[in-house]
Amino acid sequence: MSSPLAEAPVRSGNIVAVPLPDSERKPLSKKELSADQPTWCPGCGDFSVLALYFKLIEKRKLWHEKITTIAGIGCSSRFPYFVQAHGAHYIHGRALPFASGVSLSRPDLHVFVFGGDGDAFSIGGNHFNHTARKNIKMTYVVMDNWVYGLTKKQTSPTSPTGFKSKTDVWGSMDQPINPMKQAISAGATFVARTTHTNPNHVLQMMEAAMDHDGFGFIECLSECVEFYEGAFDASNPRKGGAFNTVPADHAVTDEMAAYKIADSAFPGYFGIYYNVDRPTKNANEAKINASNQEKVKGLKDWQILQKNFDRLK
Amino acid sequence: MSEATIAAPTAGGVPKVSKISETIIRIAGNSQDGIQAIGGFLARLAGRSEQEVMTFMTIPSTISGGPSIFQVRIGSGEVLSSGDDADVLLAFYQHSYEDHISSLKKGGIVLYDSDHVDPKPEWEKDYHHVGVPISGLTVEAIGGTAKDKGKNIFTLGLVAKMFDLNVAKLTQLVSERFTGKDTSVLNNALAAFHAGYSHSLGNVLETFQFVESQKKDGQQVVMNGNEALAYGLIAAGVRFGAGYPITPWSDVMEILRRELPKYGGMFIQCEDEIASISMALGGSYAGRVSVTGSSGPGISLKTEALGWAVMAEMPLVICDIQRGGPSTGMPTNVEQSDLNIAVFGGHGDSPRVVIAPANVEDCFYTAIEAVNIAREYSVPVIILSDQAIATRIEAFTEPNLEKVCQDISPDLTPVLDHKPYDLSVASGVTHHRAPGTKIQSGKYPIATGLEHDELGHPTGSPKLHMQMVSKRRKKLQVLAAKLPTPALYGPSEGNVLLVGWGSTQGPLKEAVDRARTAGDSVSSIHIKHLNPLPPGLEDIFAGFNHVFVVEMNDEGIYGYGQLAGLLRARYCDPKIRGITKTDGLTFKVKEILERAKSNVAAGLRKL
Ligand SMILES: Cc1ncc(C[n+]2csc(CCOP(=O)(O)OP(=O)(O)O)c2C)c(N)n1
Ligand code: SF4
Ligand SMILES: [Mg+2]
Repeated sequence: MSSPLAEAPVRSGNIVAVPLPDSERKPLSKKELSADQPTWCPGCGDFSVLALYFKLIEKRKLWHEKITTIAGIGCSSRFPYFVQAHGAHYIHGRALPFASGVSLSRPDLHVFVFGGDGDAFSIGGNHFNHTARKNIKMTYVVMDNWVYGLTKKQTSPTSPTGFKSKTDVWGSMDQPINPMKQAISAGATFVARTTHTNPNHVLQMMEAAMDHDGFGFIECLSECVEFYEGAFDASNPRKGGAFNTVPADHAVTDEMAAYKIADSAFPGYFGIYYNVDRPTKNANEAKINASNQEKVKGLKDWQILQKNFDRLK
Repeated sequence: MSEATIAAPTAGGVPKVSKISETIIRIAGNSQDGIQAIGGFLARLAGRSEQEVMTFMTIPSTISGGPSIFQVRIGSGEVLSSGDDADVLLAFYQHSYEDHISSLKKGGIVLYDSDHVDPKPEWEKDYHHVGVPISGLTVEAIGGTAKDKGKNIFTLGLVAKMFDLNVAKLTQLVSERFTGKDTSVLNNALAAFHAGYSHSLGNVLETFQFVESQKKDGQQVVMNGNEALAYGLIAAGVRFGAGYPITPWSDVMEILRRELPKYGGMFIQCEDEIASISMALGGSYAGRVSVTGSSGPGISLKTEALGWAVMAEMPLVICDIQRGGPSTGMPTNVEQSDLNIAVFGGHGDSPRVVIAPANVEDCFYTAIEAVNIAREYSVPVIILSDQAIATRIEAFTEPNLEKVCQDISPDLTPVLDHKPYDLSVASGVTHHRAPGTKIQSGKYPIATGLEHDELGHPTGSPKLHMQMVSKRRKKLQVLAAKLPTPALYGPSEGNVLLVGWGSTQGPLKEAVDRARTAGDSVSSIHIKHLNPLPPGLEDIFAGFNHVFVVEMNDEGIYGYGQLAGLLRARYCDPKIRGITKTDGLTFKVKEILERAKSNVAAGLRKL
């Protein structure tokens, strides 16, 4: 019955080089981390996010074989090509479920996802909600430019009303999504906001998100100089704006308080809005695994299956 | 079973005992009557008695119940289909009786619940009527209302008596089924069974005994196609998957959800089918071939991501348990109308592998084959099953699990260098290296949906696009060359060749048997590998005057079904024609033969 093709293919042998213990390895340099020359427009806010991702990897001694960088489609989502590490450039809006598959099946990796506002909140909106509520362990940075960059200036779900785009020549009229509120109400366990013009703050948020055991979400304002120039000037002190950090007395575990600060008018607050511990899906599934495996302890895989077959006689 | 069942009663009213080699019993009632359970017990008993068995059922698509049937064909010899006409009809209600009497052979027995059914005098001359107050007697035996509890088991007792079934084995099966529950449940079930078994069959003229089974090839297992598929995936080493519920795929995902944690794996229920295929692709990208699945509507949603899998050359197994379409269509009926979307669905040139299991046993092995093709060729593989195979129960030789089960754990061995899309490989076959693999050269791969260079970085180069398109195509040509040519059933030359795929294999073989017994020159082949097609088909076709592709889909605008369309495009042979149907039910042997006859009579159509 079994077809000739139903045999496991033989793995090709490869040369094995034993890596140094992590403590003796030098952190990866920018040179080792750079891949393709970014194709972004000069001045695009996304450059600074990339530079800070390199910094994070260097500072936190993350190795090539410990991370993976995943994105959907958009200018911002081109990210993985610029990082010299295992990466995947998936389809528009679906980076989160793809990344979830990696995160759930490979606890040894840290999964980073980068993308744009359209990718996250329009085509990928439902995935955003479900990844947040499932609390799947990963770090997700949305580079929000309030516009569709790659497709050249259409309205995005975060475009403020009145924004004149090619699809709303008279000014956009739909209520924009507030990413902070969206994340909090969806059940995200780590919600932070930063902007590309404040590199130290971006790095700080990335580190905190990475250290969070769960779905760590950052909205990083990232200016599209091509199609929405000056969008974020009001948040940039160098342009006469105000960079207000989250009030010192803000309780990050208070959902209502987080929702409240998310309601303030632009430029709003920067920092961690919400940060709570809730078991990750990774942990919940691991628990189910452990209790199930307890029942079949000592059995080989085929013997576990045999038990099912014995009941089917 | 003997054709003329209405025999003269033997002296003294003792029913005569006839030896039979097979029988077809159709149980008709409502879905909440537990008629599937009767069928399930009979199927399992057949499995334990080295007999062959095949079942067929219909269920209403609403959960609140409604008319439902379960047909079981048990034989001491080979059983190829669930059978055309029944020898025995068990009718619980007037509607069951009236709607299904036509599926009973002339002279067959209708055993009805006389508490609910008024037999029609005009039918009494054609069918032997046996009335038993099933509802009342069940209440008598176990108390309470027999509305939905117990009367199925009482009826099982009647059937056991009528066919002289092995009571010890049956009561053992009933006990196994009800262990773990309240002991009164088991006691009631056994009481109902014995009440049915010891009920005098009164005016039954004949009871039956199976001749000894010829099938002696060891231990059998009994399950339906979806179970076989799910267990096959586990045997293949799949440990991660994701899906979204839809009939008739849901039970595959339910089994995987329940079973995979025992193996350290998991199956995730996602928010939709797009997320499901994406998550499964994430699992594959992470280093171990993963699975997703659905039925037609969900497969449509998955096609963009399927294109990514082709482009990124990511292995993946996608199960499509076909049902009647398009759109929500006929959720609980069978159709083979997803072949086109399986082979062609998606944008761009996106070659993928499509294989279809031919029976329940084949579901198990096809799952393993799909996983291995996906790994070997770094390609998505679609398993095209269907509602009929998914829900029907068959007994088959128990696989040697120790031999069959495989370990496909991710290989994270460091490598010196790695080109995920290496163009220097003549076969076009390259392999993905999962994240976590250290690459000494420091050049890391990107899995991508953009057209790319050998490392996975984007390119707009026309030359690279041409090379990569041909790389992705070449792999399947290499695979095609290695595929086995389908075996002929019947002589290699003759008048008519019937070509089938998927769940129609049984009725097709039976059609060949019946035609040849009648002196007609008919053979058949069954194509399991639908994309790419196996080599050697043209030589087979050359041996016949007519090639009829039998499939459960529409004849289409040009007069032939979906596989026929593929074969005509591939072989440019006008003698390839279609025998199709869209009634949502499996092919009957006589339908196939009648259609083949009229096609031959019509001659080669001018097109
Ligand atoms: C299924 C699908 N629909 C549409 C597109 C076209 N598309 C590519 S990127 C994009 C929007 C990108 O906007 P955003 O996510 O905000 O990223 P940005 O370019 O602004 O960084 C669109 C509509 C696509 N690639 N796939
Ligand atoms: S179009 Fe806008 S978002 Fe895209 S690269 Fe240029 S500046 Fe950045
Ligand atoms: Mg954008």
